[in-house]
Amino acid sequence: MEFLTGLWNGLGEGLQRSIIITLQIVAIMLPLILSVAYLTLAERKVIGYIQNRIGPNRVGFKGLLQPFADVIKLLVKEIVVPAQSNRFLFVIAPLLSIIPALATWAVMPVSPEFVLADINAGVLYVLALTSLGVYGVILAGWASNSKYALLGAMRSAAQIVAYEIAMGFALVGVLMASGSLNLGEIVRAQEGSVLNWFWLPLLPLFLIYFISGVAETNRAPFDVAEGESEIVAGFHVEYSGMAFAVFFLAEYANIILISALTATFFLGGWLSPFQGVPGLGDTFLGASSFFWFALKTSFFLFCFLWFRATFPRYRYDQIMRLGWKVFIPITIVWLFVEGVLIVFDVAPWFD
Amino acid sequence: MFQTILFYVFAAVLVGSALGVITSRNPVHAVLFLVLAFVTSAFLWMLLEAEFLAIVLVLVYVGAVMVLFLFVVMMLDINVEAVRGGFVRYAPLGLGILAAVVVMLALLAWQKTQELNFLAPPAPAPASYDNTEVLGSVLYTQYLYPFELAAIILLVAIVAAIALTHRRRAGLKQQDVARQVAVKAADRVRIVKMPAEGQE
Repeated sequence: MEFLTGLWNGLGEGLQRSIIITLQIVAIMLPLILSVAYLTLAERKVIGYIQNRIGPNRVGFKGLLQPFADVIKLLVKEIVVPAQSNRFLFVIAPLLSIIPALATWAVMPVSPEFVLADINAGVLYVLALTSLGVYGVILAGWASNSKYALLGAMRSAAQIVAYEIAMGFALVGVLMASGSLNLGEIVRAQEGSVLNWFWLPLLPLFLIYFISGVAETNRAPFDVAEGESEIVAGFHVEYSGMAFAVFFLAEYANIILISALTATFFLGGWLSPFQGVPGLGDTFLGASSFFWFALKTSFFLFCFLWFRATFPRYRYDQIMRLGWKVFIPITIVWLFVEGVLIVFDVAPWFD
Repeated sequence: MFQTILFYVFAAVLVGSALGVITSRNPVHAVLFLVLAFVTSAFLWMLLEAEFLAIVLVLVYVGAVMVLFLFVVMMLDINVEAVRGGFVRYAPLGLGILAAVVVMLALLAWQKTQELNFLAPPAPAPASYDNTEVLGSVLYTQYLYPFELAAIILLVAIVAAIALTHRRRAGLKQQDVARQVAVKAADRVRIVKMPAEGQE
């Protein structure tokens, strides 16, 4: 033990900090990747029960080892690169779609004590990184040199660009209410009780943000980018084995990211819903912790699965109409309403 | 020391990708090189402690403008040979413009470096310094009129772009969403009763 502390002190300050940050990154990434793996299982189970089936139940106890079986299966499969494709872009496209989904977690306040990078431009960082994910989709579609893949990429890119604007406007509302671009400050600005969280004064923006998030991640009912009945699997139709698995991982990492962001911006992040309730205020239930953040995120994750099992797919022109002609005008109108609320110091949110 | 190394690495990548934009044969590759150039210049701005500009460069140019660019370049079937055809004819003009730009930059750099303290780096800002907040507070007070003017110009451009694409064209089919929603099964399907065949 003494030897180890001696070794640690001999490393120098810069190296010590690098090691600590690397360990923190591992501490975020490992649970995240495990959540992605189990989200795929949860999806099959939840949709199974909604459709009166059991879902996977063969590998491990009640099917709990199914994600690992899937990963091993995909690992040993062959990666086929289409003959006339652009090899470099074909290989780099899945990476371009997963890196932003993981890197955004750097500014996520997961608990009152822990955030990897507590930067003041946090919301801008989130917006910039999430806008980069579309490159993976477009390049995958173009580099595979396939009609279906290109069609899927075009659909998906147009959809992502359209809904990004509505999401950006919804976040402007959050910024006006909290007065900060720092995600931790945004959570702290919602302190009080359930009624103080931003979902209530910003209800239209909250709904628009989450629905746009569903569209951003190309999930049902907005999954025309991979509409199986029309264009096989869309942009990743030519991908197999691990290359496909990385796209799959990126999609689920994005779902978790959108859920966590919605929880942070509108449902008070790690704040406890029982804050200030007499009798509960001092117990575990009243304390703000990672537990509440995880619970709120899980709720939105469940909504993603619920939507997929419930709604039929939108037609493409309807998706575009919803994004441009319905969501963006509503967000702009609500920004004016919010401005009026702020000018007149309407309690308990803007006093 | 570490920052200097970072600067030279990113600057080298930036110059390399800028060369790639004009030398690559495939237009999609050229656009991707331009994206790389934007991202590396964002890194350089980050090194200069201009984090707002750096992030907004990635958000606006890489995340939105270049995506649309890529979109168009992929859809267009550009004849690369035709584009490259006039190289010899246009080369003198291009070289002339290049020489003018280089001379102007050199003049400006020479003039600026004559001033005292120009080459000395400014003191690094404290950790609590918020670039975004400072920029915002100056933009909406001291520079309010130029800011509003820029906004008006952008608005006019948006209106013009929409007006150009929304002009009446012959043979264009448009949907009436209210009518689509109000439609009933009876408007679309007619059930005809007829005797089955072979049962007279």
